[in-house]
Amino acid sequence: MSDYNFAYLDEQTKRMIRRAILKGLAIPGYQVPFASREMPMPYGWGTGGVQVSAATLTPEDTLKVIDQGADDTTNAVSIRKFFEKTAGVATTEETAQASVIQTRHRIPEEALREDQILVYQVPIPEPLRFLEPSEVETRKMHSLEEYGLMHVKLYEDIAKHGAIATSYAYPVKVEGRYVMDPSPIPKFDNPKMEMAAIQLFGAGREQRIYALPPYCQVVSLDFEDFPFEASKAEHPCDMCGAEDSYLDEVIMDDAGSRMFVCSDTDYCASRRAAGHVGAQAAALEETAA
Amino acid sequence: MTPLLKVENISKYYGQRIGCQDVNFDLYPGEVMGIVGESGSGKSTLLNCLAGHLTPETGEVLFEMRDGAMRDTVTMSEPERRMLSRTDWAFVHQHARDGLRMNVSAGGNVGERLMAVGARHYGNIRAEAVDWLGRVEISESRVDDRPTQFSGGMQQRLQIARNLVTGPRLVFMDEPTGGLDVSVQARLLDLLRGLVREMGLSAIIVTHDLAVVRLLADRLMVMKDGHVVETGLTDQVLDDPQHAYTQLLVSSVLQV
Repeated sequence: MSDYNFAYLDEQTKRMIRRAILKGLAIPGYQVPFASREMPMPYGWGTGGVQVSAATLTPEDTLKVIDQGADDTTNAVSIRKFFEKTAGVATTEETAQASVIQTRHRIPEEALREDQILVYQVPIPEPLRFLEPSEVETRKMHSLEEYGLMHVKLYEDIAKHGAIATSYAYPVKVEGRYVMDPSPIPKFDNPKMEMAAIQLFGAGREQRIYALPPYCQVVSLDFEDFPFEASKAEHPCDMCGAEDSYLDEVIMDDAGSRMFVCSDTDYCASRRAAGHVGAQAAALEETAA
Repeated sequence: MTPLLKVENISKYYGQRIGCQDVNFDLYPGEVMGIVGESGSGKSTLLNCLAGHLTPETGEVLFEMRDGAMRDTVTMSEPERRMLSRTDWAFVHQHARDGLRMNVSAGGNVGERLMAVGARHYGNIRAEAVDWLGRVEISESRVDDRPTQFSGGMQQRLQIARNLVTGPRLVFMDEPTGGLDVSVQARLLDLLRGLVREMGLSAIIVTHDLAVVRLLADRLMVMKDGHVVETGLTDQVLDDPQHAYTQLLVSSVLQV
């Protein structure tokens, strides 16, 4: 522990990141450039989120890290271990126990509270990037609120697929001003972004931080005749029976049988502990035994 | 009648070199003005100054806004100018690729300006796009194809549809028929002439092709080395050129 400065980054760097976070909170949805540091993990593995977490953590915090909703996948485990080693903070897998939650591509099912902070890992912070390759031009478009192009993307979706096929990283407008990429969370999670907790977004390779203060207005873009729909698989969880959670589809064998399980592992486990049973839970336990 | 566009003493320099110097003219509603001249005569520089793509060093470009007030588009704020270029103005580029989004379907290309000014009903946007494709003789079945799958002439017609969909009052055209073969050129000119008359558009057309201005333009301005050397009614200038350069230009056209 004493070999590292608290939470790996030096104090000056953390101050620089905190300034960017504060500016981001003051201008919800605006991408604040920051001097992203080299982290001991490759770009694309959450270097932005890790830097934001490092600048946010205090020794009293309890950290939870999820990757696609799960606490036990490689990315989540390694980042959790990273902070256990470099910051010595307590870690947890229970959403309610955590004060800082770093996430990749999901928002926990359980509603977050005002004393919690949700940190997102963001691969590409610019929602207009795939339509307009020039950064100079996209910045101008943001400053002049020229967002017609965003709807061209949705138009193309409907023209090609008959419905808005964008199912993740679904663009949102924040407080009626900035169009923002919510990071690749499923669009099922979009309505949850109007929440009590502070939400911070870090993109390490792209060197951008943006933020949503609590109870910020977040509207998913749509057309009048093709309204936004928070979709999920039409199925209850096969493990815990939940009908309100976002599901992963798991292929079980070569014959094509499948099951749907909550992508939020903590939510699923706590429901099972409370006695909820899904359609395939009994069968699975037999096989295990 | 008050002019739609009043251009006063526009000059643009590239360092020590003259782009264009002391250009003055008025454009009235429904009028089509041709600007001809050889390469490097400053006609494209002038057009870009008028359309807000370049900032002239001196001079004013006064445009009659929808409320009837004359506003200087050179000094107005950028959001206002960009709003104008999405609504009241249209710009047809010589190369369709510069004016189209090549990886977006034809319908999306036409719909972009509608969405940029706040249209949010998919059905209406699409109906409008199909209507405009029809007007420029592109079949409805091509509405979801990308411009990359279109021929050069079709791309140019698509660019025109994309520009005219918001009902602009002033169209800037930079060599709209350049690089097209003659039969396609003729069809495009026919189409343009029809649209200009039907919609009562005012237009400024930059070209080096005298046949194009003969067909489209009411009035003609001849440029040489950044200066306007002759102006007048198109037929008058072409049939009875006064300036030595205009005489050279007219006599250089090959007679078939």
